[in-house]
Amino acid sequence: MPAAIRTAGLTRTFHTKNRTVEAVRGIDLTVEQGEILGFLGPNGAGKTTTLRMLTTLLAPTSGAATVAGHDLIADPRGVRKRIGYVAQAGGVDPVVSVREELTTQARLYRLTKPEAARRTEELAQDLDLTDLLERPCRALSGGQRRRLDIAMALTHEPSLLFLDEPTTGLDPGSRADLWQLVRRLREQRGMTVFLTTHYLDEADALADRLVVVDDGRVAAQGTSAQLKEEYGGSARAGLQDAFLALTGREAKRETERAPVAV
Amino acid sequence: MSHLLTDTGIIAGRYVRQTLASRLGVLFGLLQPLLFLVFFGPLLRDIDLGGAGDSWQTLVPGLLVQLGLFSSAFAGFTLLIEKQHGVVERLRVTPVSRLALLLGRLVRDVLQLFAQSLLLVLVGVAFGLRSPVAGVAIGFVLVGVLAASLASLSYALAMRVTSPQEFAPVINSLNLPAVLLSGILLPMALAPDWLDAVSHFVPFRYVVDAVRDAFMGHYGGTLALGALVALALAAASLGLGTRVFRKAGA
Repeated sequence: MPAAIRTAGLTRTFHTKNRTVEAVRGIDLTVEQGEILGFLGPNGAGKTTTLRMLTTLLAPTSGAATVAGHDLIADPRGVRKRIGYVAQAGGVDPVVSVREELTTQARLYRLTKPEAARRTEELAQDLDLTDLLERPCRALSGGQRRRLDIAMALTHEPSLLFLDEPTTGLDPGSRADLWQLVRRLREQRGMTVFLTTHYLDEADALADRLVVVDDGRVAAQGTSAQLKEEYGGSARAGLQDAFLALTGREAKRETERAPVAV
Repeated sequence: MSHLLTDTGIIAGRYVRQTLASRLGVLFGLLQPLLFLVFFGPLLRDIDLGGAGDSWQTLVPGLLVQLGLFSSAFAGFTLLIEKQHGVVERLRVTPVSRLALLLGRLVRDVLQLFAQSLLLVLVGVAFGLRSPVAGVAIGFVLVGVLAASLASLSYALAMRVTSPQEFAPVINSLNLPAVLLSGILLPMALAPDWLDAVSHFVPFRYVVDAVRDAFMGHYGGTLALGALVALALAAASLGLGTRVFRKAGA
């Protein structure tokens, strides 16, 4: 079975008037189908830039990638047809109704009007939005809004879902609901999930495997237990210990020489 | 091509429905030219405006161009708001043509402008405007082309900047001289020679003159020149807008 994501030497350099910034310096990554991958890193580590490249929002400066079976450089539209993306900011119009947003989104994936209407009902039922369909999006709570964001990303039944900081700003109850939803998507649909998050407990609880990036490179990757043991000092260490060791000053010097695959 | 048309239709439909949901905004957009028409128009009635037409045939076409200039120049504000809500990013990850994301918006802008223009002309007729229907229709088309050009530039700018604080000063500093030097309220024929000469460097002037000629039923060289300028401006602006929408963030 081919990998859901495979990248080789993916880089992205930004040029401004005064300087050149190498935001991503050569990411090599493989995400297997049906895997939930946690993509972690401190601010400025390159995780958002990587995510934006993988979702076709940003062209790589160099390197190659295959995403959901399509070449990222040669066939970005093919990639877009097969992925779902939930941005940190969401992406729904506050003044539009939930039904209107879901239906329009379905139409953008070339569903006919009757198909789009049917898909809207299905998604609303599946994500517990049925009673909210006629409400304007601005009237939704944070958790409801997030469910709508995910429903929009699932309109075309993608095989790969990108979630960018999906629980930022949510209350603990809504966070737990969302974790459950992500697990259900993988169990019921075999969906691959690429998750960026600042919350280490979230990565720990949800992800099958973690990739830690720092300074535009993969600093380490492995299961949560492997990272804790290798970098946190013991199997009983927290993920926070491993993360600090990997992205802190001392560890950073180590990883700059050679990314470590655990 | 058929995908582009379908995508454009879906995007346009989305924005038309949004606009219809806020009819008050459409009416308020029309308020300024209506105020000029009602409170400024009567002052011009017995003044020689240096042209062949009467004061209403001079003022109403100018107000139409003003309406097009203002509404389209600030169109990018809506895109900035959508960017802040993540809507633009979400749309750009769908397989919909990125050109359609621009064209759909432009279709809405031009349709809205036509509706406002129709209302403005009807009020003008109530005040005494008399113009051939064909001339009015040609004027609408010219203003529509001009508005699509400017809205395209406005959206391109909005894609490039990050906040309204960056966007507004650029638009204001370009819009005001354009309005003053286009002869929108009064024909530039009344201007001193130096000002008249400067105004020839402002493309909107040719469109204003062309719309005025169309409203007088004169379908000659001035109209042709104005149409050419409007089309050239549209080609350049749409080209730039398309490039920015395709490449933004990439």
